[in-house]
Amino acid sequence: MHPQASATLEPGSIRLVASLAIAGFLAGIIIISVYLATLPTITANKARELREAVFKVLPGVTRMQPLHLEGELLVAGKGDEEHTIFGGYDKDGKFIGFAIPNAGPGFQDTISLLYGYDHREKKVVGMQILESRETPGLGDKIYKDPAFVANFDSLSVEPTIVTVKKGTRSKPNEVDAITGATISSKAVVRIINEANVRWQKLLPRPGAEPKLAQSEETAE
Amino acid sequence: MAQSPHSAYDEMIKGLWRDNPVFIQVLGMCPMLAVTNSAVNAIAMGLATLFVLVGSSFLVSSMRRLIPKQVRISVYIIIIATFVTVVDYILLAMVPAVHKELGAFIPLIVANCMILGRQEAFASKHTVKYAVMDALGMAGGFMIALFSLGAVREILGEGKLFGFDLFGPNFEPWVIMILPPGGFITLGLILLFFNWVTERKKRFLEQVAEAERSGA
Repeated sequence: MHPQASATLEPGSIRLVASLAIAGFLAGIIIISVYLATLPTITANKARELREAVFKVLPGVTRMQPLHLEGELLVAGKGDEEHTIFGGYDKDGKFIGFAIPNAGPGFQDTISLLYGYDHREKKVVGMQILESRETPGLGDKIYKDPAFVANFDSLSVEPTIVTVKKGTRSKPNEVDAITGATISSKAVVRIINEANVRWQKLLPRPGAEPKLAQSEETAE
Repeated sequence: MAQSPHSAYDEMIKGLWRDNPVFIQVLGMCPMLAVTNSAVNAIAMGLATLFVLVGSSFLVSSMRRLIPKQVRISVYIIIIATFVTVVDYILLAMVPAVHKELGAFIPLIVANCMILGRQEAFASKHTVKYAVMDALGMAGGFMIALFSLGAVREILGEGKLFGFDLFGPNFEPWVIMILPPGGFITLGLILLFFNWVTERKKRFLEQVAEAERSGA
C-alpha cells in the first residue's frame, strides 16, 4: 500500500473478502432468479422456432412429430438430440417426409440447419438455417438470398450433392454456390450430405413410416 | 464527497456531444465497430448498454460508501457483469431475433471500458441523482454514435434503412460497408467530421474574442 494512505482508514482483509463475497453472492442470486424466470420463455421460443422450421422445409405438412432411434428402428417420440429427427404429415395423417437437423463447421462458426427430405424420391425438398454466424453481406446469404435457398427446393441427393459455380447448375444434384461465399455454400452442402449418409440407411422403407401418434403437434 | 459544480441537466447533456464517449473519448470501440452493420442492431446495442450503464451507475453511486477502495474495481465488475447477464437473458426471452444478431457482443458489454470508466470516474464520486444523469447522457451519446455509424453502413452497404429499401433494385450495395473495414472507414470519417466541427468552433470563438478585444 502507498505510505501516504492513512493507516487508520485501512480496512482489514476480512472486510475486503467479505465485501467481495457479499457482492458475488447477491449477483449470483440475481442471475439465478432471472435465469429461472426467463427459462420457460426461452425454451418455448426455441421449440416454436424448430416447429416453424419443420413446416417450412416440408411443403404441405400441417402436422409433425419427433421421431427417434431405438436401436435401428425409428419410433415416434423425442429421444436425445443426436438421434432425433422429425416426421411431417398432412392433415389426414398421411406421411409426407422427414425433417432432419444437422450441424457442422461453417466459415466462422458452427452452422446448424434443418432440411426436408423425401425418402421416396431421394430428394431434398427444403432447407432452413437454424443458427449461423457467417459474414454479414456475404456468408449470411445462405439464408438471406432466396435464390440460394431455392436450390434446395428440389434437389436430388444421388449420388451426392455438389456445389458448382453460380449460374452453372445443370444437373438435379447440383447447387449454385454464392459468389464470394464459396466456403459457406460448401459447408451447407457438406452438412446435408453428412446427415444423408448417416440417416439414409436408418430411414424406413416407403410405406413403413411410423404412424402419427396421439401426441402430434398441429400447425397454428 | 465532491459535488459537481454543474446542474444535473449539464451532466446529462455533456455525454451527448461535448464529452461524447465515442467521438471525443473514443471508448467502447469493440461494440462500436462490431454490431453497427445495421441501424436496428445499433439501436438494440445502444439500449442494452443504456440499461447496464444506468443500472450500474445507480448501484455504484448508492453504495459508494460501502465499497472498500481496495476492491472497488472488482465490485464494479461484479455489478456490471450481473446487469449484462440479466440483459442477455431478457433479450433471449423477449426478442430472440435481435439476440441472434448481436450474439457474442452482449456478454462483451462487460468489457466495454466506457461503462467501467464512468463508474470509476464519476458514479463513485457523486450522488445518485448526478450519477444517473451522467449515465443517461453517456449512454445516449453512445447510442447516437452507434446509430450514426449503423445508419450510414446500412444505407451504403445494403441500400436500406431499418430494413426498408431506399434506392430500388438497381442499387448495387457496397458490401465493404457492412464488413469490418467499412466500420473503420465510416468511424474514421465521422471522427474527422467531429474534429473539423470542433476546430471550426474554436477558431470562431477565438475570432469573436479577438474582435471584442480590438473593439474595446
